[in-house]
Amino acid sequence: MSSVLYDTPGPRAKRRNVVFSVVFVLVLALVAWWVWQKMGDKGQLKWDLWEPFTTSEAWTTYLLPGLGNTLKAAALAMVIALPLGAFFGIARMSDHRWVRVPAGAVVEFFRAIPVLLLMLFANEFYARSTDVTSDDRPLYAVVTGLVLYNASVLAEIVRAGILALPKGQTEAAHAIGLRKGQTMTSILLPQAVTAMLPAIVSQLVVIVKDTALGGVMIGYTELLSARQTLAANYANVIPSFIVVAIVFVVVNFALTSFASWLERRLRRSKRGTGAVLAPDTVEDNPAAINGSYGAGTYA
Amino acid sequence: MPSPYATHPEAREIVFDFLEGYDVLGAFWMTVKLTALSALGSLIWGTLLAGMRVSPVPLMRGFATVYVNIVRNIPLTVIILFTSLGLADIFGMTLGASDFKVQGFRLAVLGFIAYTAAFVCEALRSGINTVPLGQAEAARAIGLSFSQTLRLIVLPQAFRSVIGPLANVLIALTKNTTVAAAIGVAEAAYLMKSMIENEAQTLLVGAVFAFGFVVLTLPTGLFLGWLGKRMAVKR
Repeated sequence: MSSVLYDTPGPRAKRRNVVFSVVFVLVLALVAWWVWQKMGDKGQLKWDLWEPFTTSEAWTTYLLPGLGNTLKAAALAMVIALPLGAFFGIARMSDHRWVRVPAGAVVEFFRAIPVLLLMLFANEFYARSTDVTSDDRPLYAVVTGLVLYNASVLAEIVRAGILALPKGQTEAAHAIGLRKGQTMTSILLPQAVTAMLPAIVSQLVVIVKDTALGGVMIGYTELLSARQTLAANYANVIPSFIVVAIVFVVVNFALTSFASWLERRLRRSKRGTGAVLAPDTVEDNPAAINGSYGAGTYA
Repeated sequence: MPSPYATHPEAREIVFDFLEGYDVLGAFWMTVKLTALSALGSLIWGTLLAGMRVSPVPLMRGFATVYVNIVRNIPLTVIILFTSLGLADIFGMTLGASDFKVQGFRLAVLGFIAYTAAFVCEALRSGINTVPLGQAEAARAIGLSFSQTLRLIVLPQAFRSVIGPLANVLIALTKNTTVAAAIGVAEAAYLMKSMIENEAQTLLVGAVFAFGFVVLTLPTGLFLGWLGKRMAVKR
């Protein structure tokens, strides 16, 4: 294994790497052993606590409905936030100051506020000023909070997607006599949507992760709060946390891999302008780990 | 029923009443403390992870990659809740705290460090990739070892080019500290939850806390953005 930071190891470097590896493995093993001991001490390794996850009951009664609600809230939030985000993203690029400035202010405002605050506020708002039933309210509040925040993030993605297109596209459109609106709807947007796809898919990971907030803070019955009921029933706090974490990792890893597959595919494709927005274009975005940074020059 | 959102004629006085009746400033001070300590910790741990991620030892590379991949895909809420319900309640990790409040604070910081370090690591790694190959090649040509190349040549340039991305991580962290409300740390979101449930002026409570976060995140972003542009290595 060679890299720019170091030469292909010769005999001495190889020996040194082996020493490092051995020491590192020992440290890792020590930590793992300590964790294992601790788990044993506290009785968290008992099969009784893990056994429920091999039965269908734990999954069909608790985890799968929870996961279903997580995905439902995430999907709803994405579907509502996308057109909103496109609207604000395009408005922010308007030639008219009185459109551009307010749109920019709205986007920057909602990006600066924690999504939890938006959820708490939405929850209270629905409770006091609307007749949304208390059963539906948590879902409404979670989705509202997620939409407000993510629409502003998506607005930035849309803007970056359009800006990533070669300038010739706009110029050619103007040259054949299209108006500004026509240029946007029939030339720029269709191409930008393709370029944005990887970034949008990986924004979905952020949304899925944020639904967990709704579970703890406003009582939406998603995967994390399903864990609570499950653990109350089987008294298996640690195993249930580990299983729920694995479920989240699997779902999000699938989304992340899909995003980077999309990106690679779009970069390869002969059609289109070749403009692609990497999944990590936007802050706080658990982007595709492989392939998004300079094609792995260093590692 | 009159709308609870009717603007009170003396809205300003109500804001002052809030500040007296509730410790809003104290809550935001807690947010700042959580952010500062977590930022420091995750910068250290994240740099170590980034070093492992590009190291010649395959095992370290593998460990850092797996760590980053796992931690970034777990919701922060799960991690924070685990520090309280798992580490503290089951394993009895009190982190040397005598009372419950301090313990919650320290656990939250631990959780934030574990989570944010993954993002710091990725930001740094992307920064390392912006350093031209010639820099590392020249360093090796004059006989520097891997750790010298990294310490003296690559990282100093990388750090300068990642001020922007790291600023984004810091802003995200500031907002993420609200998750500590899930384990009862008395920071901004925790106070807002109780205030918004008890006070009639929902909109005003929301506005006060939104304003607080805008004040915390906007100058940080502007300043670090400016600094990032200033410090960036011109190529």
